[in-house]
Amino acid sequence: MTKVDYWTIFKNGIFGENPVFRLALSLCPAVAVTSGVKNGFLMGVAVLFVMTMVNATVSLLRKFINPKVRIPSYMFIIATWVTVTDQVMAAYQRAVYKDMGLYIMLIVAFAIVLSRAEMFASRNKFLPSVVDGASMGLGFLLALVLLGIFREFLGKGSLWGHQILGSKPLLIMILPTGGFFAMGLMMGFLNWIDRKFFGGTGSSGGAH
Amino acid sequence: MLEHVLTIFVASALINNFVFSRYLGLCIFFGVTKRMETAVGMSFTFTAVMLIGAALNWLIYTYVMIPYQLGFLKIVIFIGVVAAFVQAADTIMKKVTPALYYKLGIYLALIVTNCIILAVPLINAEEHYSLLESMALALGSGLGFGLALIIMASIREKLELADIPKSFQGLPISFVLTGLIALAFLGFSGMITL
Repeated sequence: MTKVDYWTIFKNGIFGENPVFRLALSLCPAVAVTSGVKNGFLMGVAVLFVMTMVNATVSLLRKFINPKVRIPSYMFIIATWVTVTDQVMAAYQRAVYKDMGLYIMLIVAFAIVLSRAEMFASRNKFLPSVVDGASMGLGFLLALVLLGIFREFLGKGSLWGHQILGSKPLLIMILPTGGFFAMGLMMGFLNWIDRKFFGGTGSSGGAH
Repeated sequence: MLEHVLTIFVASALINNFVFSRYLGLCIFFGVTKRMETAVGMSFTFTAVMLIGAALNWLIYTYVMIPYQLGFLKIVIFIGVVAAFVQAADTIMKKVTPALYYKLGIYLALIVTNCIILAVPLINAEEHYSLLESMALALGSGLGFGLALIIMASIREKLELADIPKSFQGLPISFVLTGLIALAFLGFSGMITL
């Protein structure tokens, strides 16, 4: 039995294969809910929870799922956990849920969740799968919070609903348009950093 | 009545365009708009699947889920219905119209777990739309999505010749471009008030 390097899995989820900026998967919510830090954070928490639980479940059941029906089975596992998240959010975060309920439900169609279940959890033991799911979810959460800070600060001059600037420097940032701008600029910036300081190729993955 | 249905149709196609103001279907949007031909094929397939998927899900939601109070299971049931329907369409098309299958079959495989296909029945269920209204929403959203794909594909063909900073090549510049188109679509927002 080889020793599993949890640190590598963890780093991979947050930097190497950051779901939003690196793999460019599941972009819809990344643009949609990041008009404020709080929304981005709650969405990130929802995804973190779903990914961890899905990876755990798939990993536990991997010996019982026939490979021929594995994708439908994963989809039902994901749908179940999303339903759980959805119901909890609807009960305890009513104000936020009104804005982003649709996006919470659509976590079920996230490519990143299915791809981690298929690529990692279905082949690995319980604990590494949980760590993988959690760190991928954390990478997603970080990306959302980063975008949320950028957009809320420029668009409303506030952070987490608290006024900081007292003015609204760039109102466009909280409009739908701003989401796309923020995302494009952020990706370009990270690519630039990657190429300049780390000698990477600095290319964003193809969108799926 | 008819006016209301028409309003839903126009609103879902232009004002609440899936890509530009609801931010759904971005993965497909950036994935298939590199070539015009794929963009057109994709918009046809999407609109058809959306219409049929919305109708099926509406029937199940209204006649099975509401009477038995299974509303909380809508995510699980809708995704199951869509996946089963797309799989069936795939198999039937392969047997009946192989020519059409080779043109559109590859898109069908991509559709199963796509957010916008699933978003339409979810919105219908949330708004308690009638069958006619659901169809209007599905058709409007499908055509609106097709419009977005075709606009983007035609711009990206021009983009091939542009000299873009290295860090911005590929996705980042596409995002900025989408932002600009979304800005133009913002102009539709005062057209109808729902």
